[in-house]
Amino acid sequence: MEKYDFAIGMGGAPGQGIESSGPLLLRICARRGVYAFTYSAYQSLIRGGHTFLTMRLCSEPVANHGDKIDLVIALNQDAMDKHLQNVVSGGAILYNSDNTKPGAEVPENVQLCPLSFKELSNNSRNRIMLNTLLLGATLNMIGAGLEQLENILTIQFQRKGQAVVDENVGIARAGYEHAAEHFTPFATPLPIQDKPLAVTTGNDMMAMGGAAAGVKFYCAYPMSPSTGVLHWMAANARDLGIMVRQVEDEIGVANMAIGAAHGGCRAMCATSGGGFALMSEAIGSAGMMEIPVVFINVQRGGPSTGLPTKTEQGDLWQLLGASQGDFPKIIVAPTSIVDGFEVIPELFNLVDKYQCPGMVLSDLTLSMGYTNIAPELINWNQKIDRGEIITDDDDSGDKYQRFKITESGISPRALPGTPGHVHVVATDDHDEDGVLISDEFTNPHKRRDIMEKRQRKMDGIMAELPAPTVTGPEDADLTLVGWGSTDSLLDEAASLLRAEGYKTNHIHFRWLYPMDEEKVNHILSKCKCAVIVEGNYTGQFARFLRGETGFKAAGHIRKYDGEPFMPHHVVDGAKEIEAGKTELYIPYQEIVV
Amino acid sequence: MANDGKPIVAAPTAKDFRGDISPDWCPGCGDFGVLRSLEMACAKTGRQPHDFITISGIGCSSNLPGFINTYGMHTLHGRSLAVATGMKLANHEMKIVVTGGDGDGYGIGGNHFLHTVRRNIDLLYIVMNNQIYGLTIGQTSPTSRMGMKTKSTPFGSVEQPLNPLALAILSGATYVARGFSGDTKHLAELMYRGIEHNGFALIDVFSPCITFNKDNTFAFFKQRLNKLEEQGHDPTNMQAALEQSMIWGDEIPIGLFYEDTTRDALEDLEPVLQDGALGRKTDLAITKEQGEAILKGMM
Repeated sequence: MEKYDFAIGMGGAPGQGIESSGPLLLRICARRGVYAFTYSAYQSLIRGGHTFLTMRLCSEPVANHGDKIDLVIALNQDAMDKHLQNVVSGGAILYNSDNTKPGAEVPENVQLCPLSFKELSNNSRNRIMLNTLLLGATLNMIGAGLEQLENILTIQFQRKGQAVVDENVGIARAGYEHAAEHFTPFATPLPIQDKPLAVTTGNDMMAMGGAAAGVKFYCAYPMSPSTGVLHWMAANARDLGIMVRQVEDEIGVANMAIGAAHGGCRAMCATSGGGFALMSEAIGSAGMMEIPVVFINVQRGGPSTGLPTKTEQGDLWQLLGASQGDFPKIIVAPTSIVDGFEVIPELFNLVDKYQCPGMVLSDLTLSMGYTNIAPELINWNQKIDRGEIITDDDDSGDKYQRFKITESGISPRALPGTPGHVHVVATDDHDEDGVLISDEFTNPHKRRDIMEKRQRKMDGIMAELPAPTVTGPEDADLTLVGWGSTDSLLDEAASLLRAEGYKTNHIHFRWLYPMDEEKVNHILSKCKCAVIVEGNYTGQFARFLRGETGFKAAGHIRKYDGEPFMPHHVVDGAKEIEAGKTELYIPYQEIVV
Repeated sequence: MANDGKPIVAAPTAKDFRGDISPDWCPGCGDFGVLRSLEMACAKTGRQPHDFITISGIGCSSNLPGFINTYGMHTLHGRSLAVATGMKLANHEMKIVVTGGDGDGYGIGGNHFLHTVRRNIDLLYIVMNNQIYGLTIGQTSPTSRMGMKTKSTPFGSVEQPLNPLALAILSGATYVARGFSGDTKHLAELMYRGIEHNGFALIDVFSPCITFNKDNTFAFFKQRLNKLEEQGHDPTNMQAALEQSMIWGDEIPIGLFYEDTTRDALEDLEPVLQDGALGRKTDLAITKEQGEAILKGMM
């Protein structure tokens, strides 16, 4: 079968129902076994403004929102004006002809599909049902049938009585039938594949990864785009025996998580850049007290309050520099929504073993993107390794030292409450026994010993972290280099470049810190023309990579307009760089909301 | 002998709570009396040193966990209550004592103070209130009186001091007391009751800084303090407690201002804590049934 790859864009004002009909359409696809990835371009408003939801539907697993829009559902004139030009040749646009008109310039070979809400709804005053009408029409256009939507609407509105069910199903059917009569459907229908899929988001997956890792304490202060993690945790807390708390501020969040971790829980918290800034001091204290905690930063556009509902990869240096002084820490950037699940248990095993803070660098695109995935990708049976923990008195007579100097730098960790192991952990520097060496006991030799002990843990961590991945031909002429959420995007761009005759591969970084110079240089040394792709202004990763390895890329593609990369942005930039036309390419964002 | 080098004693006395390190406070500091009182109070509960964790922030008084023989956490400036809340929720079988100063608790940690109070989590919070910043060598604090001359207010403070007792009572604390480090027996009794109280307990302690505060000295307090217990004050009466908390002048009351034993502590209201300490659980994996239920919701 030929690959099905179709994108629907739904535009309108917040409150017009996009936030419910988007997931509804995904659910229909999931039941038919169709993969999907969505990107919602929205604004920090509860009512008013403009939202544009791109839903890419695919017969194969998909993890970015692609390059094109085949069908636009315009819920208002604003959506028509903004997105008519985004429809590809051969595409179509559905709209309410009561109050929405196409502009003067209709692109060639785009089908205009007007429906009158007044007529088709019998003059209903329930205007929220416009999106149900257009969804019904959409299902006809993409050859999906109406049955699944009817089922879902019936279940959804059952509580409100049969009249409400009938009204909703009726309007969906009116849209469906109107489209059947008046519009030309797309040639290839939405497939039906064997296995139903699961609908999820990046934030949900990171929360689930926490649950699978055995997180028993989660706390947060609400902050877009990280709040989804809190919502999932809160909704599932009682069933899973997880203590979930909303705290007064992110300073409290980080410190509370540290307290819970010291008490023996696997503890996690999530925020965005601004909240992470407030957490910074506490992260250093977890390093000093040698307490394992996981901090998630879901990046949004910065600096400052920045772009609360837009994406960026602009917090790398904030994480690298979080808190004063040197202390062992681990930074990882999940490479996909599914990876958001997998990375959390892996990171917990490392931070427990090495008794240090771990940081996860996600972003809005990954965290708030909805996707349909094969349910077997969610493997609840994750390895849980808590490292060296003492919970009982062994009466061995050996003097217990919480910060005992060892070759690995890892010291035996007794949980508070354990008989016979009473000790103090302090944010002031301290000796092996936990006695402060900062004030009257200051001793330069003890300080050196304990600093070296802590930092030795970094050698162990570095040895355990895998090298970046390489996909595509080993002897490529052109190499795309990226980190974090852009993995699928760069794979797709590399494959498009190969189709155009450029021998291209893709190096991707998931574990960011500590970075093993030797391992990474072994891979980078093979690059003939490397292009580093990242979502920020200053090339944060490029500068970090150069600092750690001395590597200098041939060129850079950077985006900092708030919208995520599309594959052709990278393809166009890579070609210009390869041709020597520029060293820095800033893609133009065509879809504007 | 246990691993930490301490003898195992069936019924620990105050001496068994004494740490190995001698305090580095100035000779004559009020904090010595607080430390002695706390040792006595812990012993009176009949619990073992390992059943307690003393958690502090930063400041002279926040060095206390290093000097007492219990588990200890010496956290960041102002953050002790947030850390202690996490600790308590991870292991609610332990007794938590939080110690610190007025700058740490009412200044930089003010937000955590308000919210920890209203949560009514079960812990004892001892604030060694000396109305000055001591460790930073003498600046104004949130409880310094109007007109007080310090290094940061050389012409006299023009800011109203906050009233921690009234603030705590109004924010939902269920045990609010004031003690004096010059009367360790009285203070130890307040602490003992605060430890045994199920809910958030605040003891604001006049603990004079003999080096930097020349106004609020031992002599200043000795002349003025009178005990609520000797005046027939009813600590279950919130109105009366508030009135007493606002008295400041020639007479200053100490003792138990307010106590509410009818409210549940936070831990009592959390179903996930009813099955033992979360931080002591070893079976952390998601069960097959739990995993399947979650997946079903996603399909």
